[in-house]
Amino acid sequence: MRPTTFPSFGALDPFADMRRMQAAMNRLFDGTRTPTRPATYPPVNFWAGQDSIVMTAELPGLSEDDIELTVKDRMVSIRGTYPAEEEGEGIVWHRRERAGGTFLRSIDLPFRVDPDRIEARFENGVLSVEMQRPEDDKPRRIQIKAA
Amino acid sequence: MAQELAPQAGPDVARGNGEAGGAGPTFTPAVDIFEQGDATIIIADMPGVAPEDVEVTLERQVLTLQGRVKPEVPEGYRRLSSEYREGDYLRVFTLSDDVDQSRINADFRNGVLRLELPRSAEAQPRKISVKAA
Repeated sequence: MRPTTFPSFGALDPFADMRRMQAAMNRLFDGTRTPTRPATYPPVNFWAGQDSIVMTAELPGLSEDDIELTVKDRMVSIRGTYPAEEEGEGIVWHRRERAGGTFLRSIDLPFRVDPDRIEARFENGVLSVEMQRPEDDKPRRIQIKAA
Repeated sequence: MAQELAPQAGPDVARGNGEAGGAGPTFTPAVDIFEQGDATIIIADMPGVAPEDVEVTLERQVLTLQGRVKPEVPEGYRRLSSEYREGDYLRVFTLSDDVDQSRINADFRNGVLRLELPRSAEAQPRKISVKAA
């Protein structure tokens, strides 16, 4: 094993090499796909607007048709199946790190969304869903009358 | 076969001199590598990268896969919660076989790069006939 020179601490992760070694070990002892996928998949990011919310998720390798998006009240669900991995005569695998199989995730939203005003796009492997709060659910300012 | 070239002194070494880091962190894309017939096939996940921002270079035996992410902030929105981070992708491999550069096939679709690297004729295993004395 070669001695590893650490870069100056702070900006760089001093444990990167350690993790890399661990990954190399895993690969050594596990010839098949390593089950590294966390229990909740896919990870999602949320963006908040005035009366709307945007959810994004990275789903590389899927196409629009592989993703099923359902919304009910305050719950949004993403379901999808990755295309079957390459198969055929004489394939010799060296590395399998990419995600595969089927996933389903349901996420609680901070408010009810209008199912008729949802815009979902899928571009370069990233799903983004813009959801609007229904009119009757928006907080309303109440005029206070003087006596 | 492709062997990974891991930068020993930290991830920034692989970056060019004085080159500014793009959008935040640089990630190692997940890859599938397999051999089929006379070609090595490398599939790399680079979600969020546009096809024109993918750069694949092969210099001698060193194959560099690079993808630049344009951070996309929905207009009029602020970040609420993040379970994943966006950033550029970089991964370097050294290939053990000579690759026929004229027949390399690269395809980028739905955030996934697929590279087909056919072995050059010289690198193909050749059968040597043994002559009897």
